[in-house]
Amino acid sequence: MAGGERGGETIAMVAQDAHAHSAPQGFIRKYIFSLDHKVIGIQYYFLALAAVFVGMFLSLLMRIHLVWPGVNLPIMGEIKPETYLSLLTMHGTIMVFFVLTTAPQGGFGNYFLPIQIGAPDMAFPVLNMLSFWTTFVAFVVMIAAFFVTGGAPLHGWTGYAPLSALQSAGPGEQLGADLWIASIAIFCLASLMGALNFITTTLDLRAKGMTMMRMPLTVWSWFITAILGLLAFGVLLSAGILLLLDRNLGTSFYVPLVVVNGQVMGHKGGSPILWQHLFWFFGHPEVYIAILPGMGVASQILSTFSRKPIFGYRAMVYAIMAIGILGFMVWGHHMFMSGMSPYSAFAFSLMTMAIGVPSAIKTFNWLGTLHGGRIRFATPMLFAIGFVSLFVSGGLSGPFLAQPVLDIPLHDTYFVVGHFHLIMGVAAIFGIFAATYYWFPKMFGRMMSESMGRIHFWITFIGTYAIFMPMHYLGLAGHPRRYSQLTELAYLHDLIPLQKFMTYAAFFTIGVQLVFLFNLFWSMFKGPKASDNPWEATTLEWTTATPPPHDNFGGKTPVVHHGPYEYSVPGAPRDYTMQTDPATVATH
Amino acid sequence: MGLALLVIVWLITFLSTYFFIAKTWWLPAGMSAAAPGIDHQFFVTFILMGVVFVLAQCALGYFVWKYRDRTDAAKVTYSHGNTKLEVVWTALTAILFVGMNLMGSPIWAAQRFEPAKEGAIPVEVTGMQFAWYFRYAGLDGKFGKTDLHMVDPSSGNEAAIGLDSTDPASKDDVVTGTMYVPVGREVDLNLRAVDVIHSFFIPSMRFKQDAVPGLAIHMHFTPTQTGDYEIACAELCGLGHYKMHGMLKVVSQDDFDKWLAAREAEKQ
Repeated sequence: MAGGERGGETIAMVAQDAHAHSAPQGFIRKYIFSLDHKVIGIQYYFLALAAVFVGMFLSLLMRIHLVWPGVNLPIMGEIKPETYLSLLTMHGTIMVFFVLTTAPQGGFGNYFLPIQIGAPDMAFPVLNMLSFWTTFVAFVVMIAAFFVTGGAPLHGWTGYAPLSALQSAGPGEQLGADLWIASIAIFCLASLMGALNFITTTLDLRAKGMTMMRMPLTVWSWFITAILGLLAFGVLLSAGILLLLDRNLGTSFYVPLVVVNGQVMGHKGGSPILWQHLFWFFGHPEVYIAILPGMGVASQILSTFSRKPIFGYRAMVYAIMAIGILGFMVWGHHMFMSGMSPYSAFAFSLMTMAIGVPSAIKTFNWLGTLHGGRIRFATPMLFAIGFVSLFVSGGLSGPFLAQPVLDIPLHDTYFVVGHFHLIMGVAAIFGIFAATYYWFPKMFGRMMSESMGRIHFWITFIGTYAIFMPMHYLGLAGHPRRYSQLTELAYLHDLIPLQKFMTYAAFFTIGVQLVFLFNLFWSMFKGPKASDNPWEATTLEWTTATPPPHDNFGGKTPVVHHGPYEYSVPGAPRDYTMQTDPATVATH
Repeated sequence: MGLALLVIVWLITFLSTYFFIAKTWWLPAGMSAAAPGIDHQFFVTFILMGVVFVLAQCALGYFVWKYRDRTDAAKVTYSHGNTKLEVVWTALTAILFVGMNLMGSPIWAAQRFEPAKEGAIPVEVTGMQFAWYFRYAGLDGKFGKTDLHMVDPSSGNEAAIGLDSTDPASKDDVVTGTMYVPVGREVDLNLRAVDVIHSFFIPSMRFKQDAVPGLAIHMHFTPTQTGDYEIACAELCGLGHYKMHGMLKVVSQDDFDKWLAAREAEKQ
């Protein structure tokens, strides 16, 4: 793999010379338009932090409207049905793109991928900076959709045509929808730049001795995620441009002859299902873009805090690859009810069941890692354990939805909402929290408060189950998703108490996120000083200073002698053998 | 901390499972010929996944408690895994998942690969923002032409779906806002949409299918019990999505014939 150690070394040295840049002086070059991957990583992280609070606030408004539809809120007044759908659209879009894609990959990936492979920076620092600022522009354009005439679009984060393709199909479908599509297109460009950078860096800039099979599983997951991004975002970008053309220049890619409000639209011959194919060809890999880095982080943390090598490293790597490859062959499982050929449902269903296998392997290996360990319960570990629990819960509703015949009762009900929130929403968020508590000391030089961390963990863990588990019950009872009011369908009336319970749970869970926010900023300035390796971990970021210097290793390029998770090696002087430790003890 | 994790993870697991097993909230009673097959497949999947869910969560809770760091803890097992175990659980999961897939396939095939049988009653369903309309062919057994250029939603029924009154076959077509079908007889649906995508969802019939502009999708089901069943829209179609609902009335063949004759008489 990757041309052997010596070949990799030569390329790495040439590449490192080519892009070495000295530490910048002055605020703007240092903190705003920085070329340093660490600063850019922190910028991505804070962008995602702002986005997650916006997205969470929108979900709170939705939950309030669902159970108290007539309530008058300060400033906003009463939430109308169409406003509810705008909140829903923006909540989904902001969370998927600007949180779940931005924080794990753009944030932590940017900061720690180069350090974990022993590189002084990303392969293309200028491209890296451009990629962040392009993402930032995309976010501004997305938020702008709230403030234009008609407001934000109501077509949902999946933007199904013709609803998303016709300006007269509903409020928010005018300028708001154009901005929404433009923002996503800009985001795609940024993600393509980022993906190229991640792939090149991983392949070319590894330190001596850092073979592919010695890379931490975090690096593997960022690497495969980048490949998924490279192949998926290009498709969404093209699909989005076609949608803009349909909306504004009268083309008919997605729209056949239709009549809206008695008006014949000037389109004919387009296919609404084409949009779904293109969207989900991106959309399903996107699910893995969101969750793979979380899997990597969970593996890293479970091994570190169990003081035990990861169980089945190779199996973990192959599982990540298998998920990456199969992830491109399952998009049709979102479309069993769409009117596409029922024969293709067979194939998509089989591939979807197949992707459950590597996911199960990962779970078994996490349990295998815990088994026989000596577990330390610091906050990062709590969130990593929570991640495994949520991943199991969210994952096991997958095989229901993967069967076309069970999609008949379950598709587009709350069962689906519960499924993807647990697995790609909350599990991925737990990955982000775990990563935050784990790497914060390295990034900011101080420790976060453990007691605040525990409060945050317990309420968030119980709270998310209280919000999302009942969604499965609602779905079984036939509760369709994206309903702004529960008054019209008679059989929904009995389900309102359960909806109320979920809203109360949401209040608690969202409330405790303020504790996290406080902990984050308070610890940045007031937390106790962190040592270079507070968790007694093994990977390269823990061999350098806290926080790392501009070139990551202070002029010394690390040389790697061990695999990434060598804990409790028999005969070793301490219970962790760092990757750079001399090769005096026998490890794998 | 290990004990707390064990207790909470187990509690969450047992509580979640309890509400499933007690069927506090569950699928509505199935009232179509296909329902028992779908429900059986659901039940099998539910049992299999439920067992895995409980075992995995319990193991997680138990391990974090059992292997917590304490002064008298046993030595950490230095191990990089076990290839034999990996092969065993990979094979088992593959058999389990593919097996479930194969088991459900015949039910899907029966529903979607075969057209409606001879003698089924044809009903055309049209979805638009935010109503469902149902059309019956009338005495001549033929549906008249429709033309999207003639669609006028504000006038309702015939005009709403753009029925071409110049076509002789359309004269006796009956268009209603409530769906009537006779019990025990297969219904041959033809699903259309005039503006955006809608989805025709009748939970009690275990029926769901998108209605897509530009497509005419044929689908069939057989109601087995008389009664009133709510129809919902399951695909986001605009601001009134939540209120796009209808009613399916399953009646005896006699009552159905009488109802259709009365509608025909109204038209004359």
